[in-house]
Amino acid sequence: MVEYGEEKKLRGTVPSFALIVFYAFSAVLLCAALGVILVRNTVHAALLLVLAFVASAGVWMLLFAEFLAIVLVLVYVGAVMVLFLFVLMMLDANLESLRSGRGRFLSAAVALLVAAQIAAALNRDSFLQLPRFEAPAEAAGDNTRLLGSVVYTEYAYPFELAAVLLLVAMVAAVALSLRRRKDVKYTDPAVQMRASPAGRVRLVDMPSEKPPQTATVETNKTTEKRKGEKQ
Amino acid sequence: MSAAPGLSHFLILAAALFVIGVAGIFVNRRNILVILMSVELMLLAVNMNFVAFSRFLNDIHGQVFVFFILTVAAAESAIGLAILVVAFRGRRSINIEDWKNLRG
Repeated sequence: MVEYGEEKKLRGTVPSFALIVFYAFSAVLLCAALGVILVRNTVHAALLLVLAFVASAGVWMLLFAEFLAIVLVLVYVGAVMVLFLFVLMMLDANLESLRSGRGRFLSAAVALLVAAQIAAALNRDSFLQLPRFEAPAEAAGDNTRLLGSVVYTEYAYPFELAAVLLLVAMVAAVALSLRRRKDVKYTDPAVQMRASPAGRVRLVDMPSEKPPQTATVETNKTTEKRKGEKQ
Repeated sequence: MSAAPGLSHFLILAAALFVIGVAGIFVNRRNILVILMSVELMLLAVNMNFVAFSRFLNDIHGQVFVFFILTVAAAESAIGLAILVVAFRGRRSINIEDWKNLRG
């Protein structure tokens, strides 16, 4: 814990700047989020979602969650949103004509309802009677080290479960989207390795036959017959 | 009156983000890709609540929870997009109106 005077000094200088940064990042975040749901082009929506993630990483930096902020940028912007954009550009879907005009009123109503519920929950007396949350004046040390010291000890078992979950997700995604192409001359190495002479060549003992003279005569007869029919 | 952004700042920001995510599902209820993006926005709002409480209660366990939520959300979006690609192959459309035969 810091002394009161030190905290006061910190409040006087640094936090006002923090407030400005907070409002700047919040404005970017909310505008980008509104753009995600309102913009007509789906590719633009994905790019605005990237902007929203970056802005919220900035907000998390203000909360001294440096590790999670970097993870948000690396995992979400670097992996998940690239996956989104990749799928979006791979599917040559007709992305126009996907917006419904009817949903406007319903969406506004539902959004207002949810907002009213959250506002009511935030304004409850019991919520206000909680002890005033004053942030510790400085972070409790190296955020990454602190997180690691908890994850690898107390949460070691859930951590490994998360790893297994990612493995399962990877296998499932590959298994779902794997498609065997029929139009490609594809060789299966396992089948090639298992090939043996007995399976490839079959020697058949056939007696030699005489040249088929009767067949040619019959064909001549049939052609003559057809000529007669035509006449 | 402190000049630093307090807990309520972050909670209100997260609430606004969550409401935008909910509204996005209704506005774009035909485009399944934008619906997935709206779900990501809602997850982000929830994560922001966790991080804010973790900071203001001075408790690291909230951030551990966010860590696991990020893991599960990444797996969810990977599998969701894989299912989307598989379902797109048969229908040639990502319009939910065309997916009505997925109803049980």
